[in-house]
Amino acid sequence: MRIVIDPVTRIEGHLRIDCEVENGKVSEAWVSGTMWRGVEQILLGRDPRDAWAITQRFCGVCTTVHAIASVRAVENALDMPVPKNAQYIRNLMIAAHAVHDEIVHFYHLSALDWVDVTSALKADPAKTAALAESLSDWPMNGKAVMTATKDRLLKLVESGQLGIFANGYWGHPAMKLPPEVNLLAVTHYLQALDIQRKANKIVSILGSKTPHIQNIAVGGVSNAIALNSQSVLTMERLLAVKEAIDELKQFVHQVYNIDVAAVAAFYPDWVKFGKGVTSYLAAPDFPLDEKGTKFETVGGYIPDGNLAAYRPITTFGDPFLRDNVAESVQHSWYKGGKGPLHPYKGETVAEYTDFHEKAKYSFVKSPTFEGRPAQVGPLARVLMAVAAKHEPVLAHLTRILSTVEALTKTKVPLDALHSTIGRHAARAVMCAMNVDILEKQWKLLIDNIAAGDVATFEKPVFPRGEVSGFGFHEAPRGMLSHWVVIENGIIKNYQAVVPTTWNAAPRNEKGEPGPYEASLAGTPLADPERPLEVLRTVHSFDPCMACAVHLVDTQKRDIVQVRAL
Amino acid sequence: MTGVSAPARRVVVLGVGNLLMTDEGIGVRCVEQLERNGTLGPEVVVIDGGTSTNELMDDLQNLDLLVIVDAAATGQAPGTIVRMEGSTIPSAFSNKLSPHQHGINDLLAALTLLDRAPARLVLFGVEPHTLALGMELSPVVGATIPELCARITKEVATACA
Repeated sequence: MRIVIDPVTRIEGHLRIDCEVENGKVSEAWVSGTMWRGVEQILLGRDPRDAWAITQRFCGVCTTVHAIASVRAVENALDMPVPKNAQYIRNLMIAAHAVHDEIVHFYHLSALDWVDVTSALKADPAKTAALAESLSDWPMNGKAVMTATKDRLLKLVESGQLGIFANGYWGHPAMKLPPEVNLLAVTHYLQALDIQRKANKIVSILGSKTPHIQNIAVGGVSNAIALNSQSVLTMERLLAVKEAIDELKQFVHQVYNIDVAAVAAFYPDWVKFGKGVTSYLAAPDFPLDEKGTKFETVGGYIPDGNLAAYRPITTFGDPFLRDNVAESVQHSWYKGGKGPLHPYKGETVAEYTDFHEKAKYSFVKSPTFEGRPAQVGPLARVLMAVAAKHEPVLAHLTRILSTVEALTKTKVPLDALHSTIGRHAARAVMCAMNVDILEKQWKLLIDNIAAGDVATFEKPVFPRGEVSGFGFHEAPRGMLSHWVVIENGIIKNYQAVVPTTWNAAPRNEKGEPGPYEASLAGTPLADPERPLEVLRTVHSFDPCMACAVHLVDTQKRDIVQVRAL
Repeated sequence: MTGVSAPARRVVVLGVGNLLMTDEGIGVRCVEQLERNGTLGPEVVVIDGGTSTNELMDDLQNLDLLVIVDAAATGQAPGTIVRMEGSTIPSAFSNKLSPHQHGINDLLAALTLLDRAPARLVLFGVEPHTLALGMELSPVVGATIPELCARITKEVATACA
């Protein structure tokens, strides 16, 4: 039996999943990006100093991340330093963006795969509050709050318009949470709508404007620092940033982290599903010096889940990363025949053939590291930290796993992380880490300014002839890299290898499946007409297809089609 | 949570669309022109939303009027301007032309859930000629900007009067 889900993402999506189902389980899967864009072509012939502003229009979800990867690529091509203040300000923006994305991903883009909103209507608010208060000190867990959520849900159901909750698999047999846990989760869903604004506020204070930040420049940032002046980065604005950081920290520790542990505890089977590709790739991030040789987080490569074989990536421009990335179009709707190509040599010439699973079936290319598929994302970051014994991340990992262990009264082995629920846990760990980074970077910025350094920009100088460079950034969904070739100060080639390209890759040159494809094998399906379990695993990667695929879908589609063939 | 007792009317004009896909960027190009014209009152907030949504929640809650400008596939001649109001808009968005529209629909649904949805919602849509890759509008769609700006200015002035 074959099921086809099209499209899969709640946002920014044109993703089609084909699953072959045998004996109630997925036996094989094919993942297809069904929209071509080739946005990089817009950059050819332009001034590299403008690339960041254009690339942040690639996607509505990840604007900031493309701006950052782009300036880093150009700075790497010029081998130029960036003032410390600029690094700190960029770090604050990317950490805040990450916290925003992680909270929104869990509550608004994936929690409803696990939480049954209609079941929450059967919950007792008093019991819900008692449960919540036994788990956390969060002040917004009281009975009055739970009652208000239930009333709001009732009003919604009585109106006959479920609105934002209209497309859920309510009452699905794979939904396992008791009514009280569902009510608690819906309450936090609503609270998360409010708290995510705080993270965004940090980005808008520093970036002058969201959704598209204005303060980035090749060579630094355009924020002028003057603690006593209006209209520039003042102490008042920096204190508003600190206030938002404090509120985010409380929510992440007392709500998000606990909820992820609770979902994990109620769905113990889900550490057995969704494993997939266990070679992991992550870049270090949050540079602490002008040249990007010291970082807050660790990066590297782990082949086949073997942490002992970890090899680090340690600097901007690290040759280990630079020399080992290639993209295949063997199964992608592009003109090929040259084998996998390094991004500096990358080509994006569309050649659409319709969906042929044995031949070409996706607009996503298939990237490899050392010739192998690799998974990117928060789980890759956490595993790098485990392999490198990076204490700040380990502390959060231990804390969250202990919460699961306390709830289930069973030991959670590290191997459990290679799973659908493991990706959620890893994202929660990294969110807590990102809040710590926000605090630390804020302090570094204040101290550096107090020491008299107000430099934020270094003027870039473009040489005659050809130079090339790449910039990486651990974006919320995983490692993002931009690759640029510049000739006489003009962009000659530009390729973005985005996280969802790594994870939603089709089969590569050797026929090996990409991470989404591999992770779906073995997934049980209680009701193939309503393939909730497939969505759980795919959503655990946080798919964002807008930039993973390289034209506009000319076919108009319904919101979600599921066809069982 | 609703009914913030603001003295002035809270009005936002939001341009959405993808600047990298020619006529898809009409909403953003229109609000850029509105800002340059300076014909809207100082209390009116003009936002280039690009293809983002979640980030806009702060700006779009508890409004008296939200005006959205966007490319809209209505099957009419390229450059045709359509105006929609209120409950006809979500269904227009669900027949989506590009991914970001789904997002706006979700954001409006979230605001409804929180009782912070705009009191009035007006959409100005322009039928695109092309959605090819490129940062320039097609001439037929670019030529709609003066009329769009005039109609939006009038819409806002009427609402604030």
